[in-house]
Amino acid sequence: MKLKDTIHYNWYKHLFVVFLLLVCVLGSAALTEADFSEVFENADQIGIFMGRLAHPDFSYIPDILDPMVKTLKMSVVGTVIGVLFAVPFAFLATTTVTRNPVVTGIIRFFLDIIRTIPNLLLAALLVAVIGIGEATGVLTIAVFTFGMVSQLIYESIETIDYGPIEAAESVGANKVQIAVWAVAPQILAQIASYTFYAFEVNVRASTVLGYVGAGGIGVVLNSSLALLKYERVSIIILTILVVVAIVDTLSEMIRRRLA
Amino acid sequence: MISFEHVSKTYPNGVKGLKDINLTIGDGEFVSIIGLSGAGKSTLLRAVNRLIDITEGEITVNGVSVTKAGKKQLREIRRHIGMISQNFNLVKRSTVQKNVLSGRLGYYSTIKSILGLFSKEDYERTREALESVGLLDRLHTRSDELSGGQQQRVSIARTLVQQADVILADEPVASLDPITSRKILSDLQKINREMGKTILVNIHSVEMAKAFSTRIIAMKSGEVVFDGTPEELDGEALTRIYGRNILEEKEEEADET
Ligand SMILES: Nc1ncnc2c1ncn2[C@@H]1O[C@H](COP(=O)(O)OP(=O)(O)O)[C@@H](O)[C@H]1O
Ligand SMILES: [Mg+2]
Repeated sequence: MKLKDTIHYNWYKHLFVVFLLLVCVLGSAALTEADFSEVFENADQIGIFMGRLAHPDFSYIPDILDPMVKTLKMSVVGTVIGVLFAVPFAFLATTTVTRNPVVTGIIRFFLDIIRTIPNLLLAALLVAVIGIGEATGVLTIAVFTFGMVSQLIYESIETIDYGPIEAAESVGANKVQIAVWAVAPQILAQIASYTFYAFEVNVRASTVLGYVGAGGIGVVLNSSLALLKYERVSIIILTILVVVAIVDTLSEMIRRRLA
Repeated sequence: MISFEHVSKTYPNGVKGLKDINLTIGDGEFVSIIGLSGAGKSTLLRAVNRLIDITEGEITVNGVSVTKAGKKQLREIRRHIGMISQNFNLVKRSTVQKNVLSGRLGYYSTIKSILGLFSKEDYERTREALESVGLLDRLHTRSDELSGGQQQRVSIARTLVQQADVILADEPVASLDPITSRKILSDLQKINREMGKTILVNIHSVEMAKAFSTRIIAMKSGEVVFDGTPEELDGEALTRIYGRNILEEKEEEADET
């Protein structure tokens, strides 16, 4: 058997890709003057840090419950607001109902821009504008959810069955009626599923929002780290892990039911 | 009454869907439109409620121009024209009741229909319509749990609550077996005879067209090549439409077996 008869017939291409990757890694390391030896020189630091992390301060739990609940609340409210705004924009972002490619183009451009803003940067910006606190966190999550979910929804809208639209059109329904009666029932389950998915992502993301002052558990995490209270950091991380795991499991269960 | 005056349709890609069609369809007629695939049957039907915009000529329904109607007028005209299609066009995830009730959308304001504020009479109309197609017991069934024939009857019920005077049916039985097809067509015939509704149906089967309609129109390459009663549609006419006498061929096949 010859090499060209196997799945490796493209071997020179693969080799080239590997070569390219190596060049990229080494090149960027050189450019940024990264020194990998530093990682090993500070190994004892890591040891100390890990040692203290291994002793979570369980007595601190009562103090972190409240910010944890706040983080969850922020996620719920932010997710709901984000989805509520995402639905009408998703309709405008397809020509399915509007039949207006100009509107679709403008809305998609706008949504693309929203999506390119990193979460933390958005939070930092909003902290600068609105100030420190949960409201900022909620708004950050809402905007982030809006960007993510509107795209998921408009992609769903594009895959629906067009028959009911024609039927609604032929009985004299207007565009809003078509959206609500012919399209919405076809994507409702998916919207619900995306909402839970967004909630999952948001709970995870919102734990660090406090870092830039947007409220919740992140604030406590930040201050504990700054005060070098690694035993507290440890219990905070543990709590976040447990909560995220619970939220993920529940949400996945619900989404499977919805499918 | 539906009238076509010098109606032509040229699709954006240059294909001529309709070529200078002149037709008058009276109230209470049951018209079957036959012809090969691509002959222009769907184009003709969908021009009536302006799901397709024609490029020349004028179509009027009960004296009102569909071609020149503005947005609001078009909605008003469409209320009176029911449409059923090969794919039933039901919202599969919605119940039978919701699908039938949606036939009333043209009569409601946006806000009322969003909130689902339908009148008692309309719920009653829904029941009556479903009763007349024999599906009253399926009121709260999800539409995708019904058989093809039942789904088509739901879509007929939708045109009934719509109180349309005209029903357009684009190959309503193309995806159904022969026995179910006959049941659907006799439902349409009953509606035509008992309620006096005008019916325009695109259909592949010449036999069924002959059996159920009062008038047959045949199309070929966007033109009307036959217009007459079922009796007038003889072997010679069929040869003109299809290039051969398809009914005779069927009989011969039947003789052989
Ligand atoms: N949206 C369209 N764009 C371009 N050509 C079309 C379109 N719809 C139909 N046609 C063409 O117009 C002709 C008539 O089509 P149609 O009315 O669907 O025929 P039928 O229903 O008799 O099978 C065909 O040649 C078809 O290819
Ligand atoms: Mg057709």
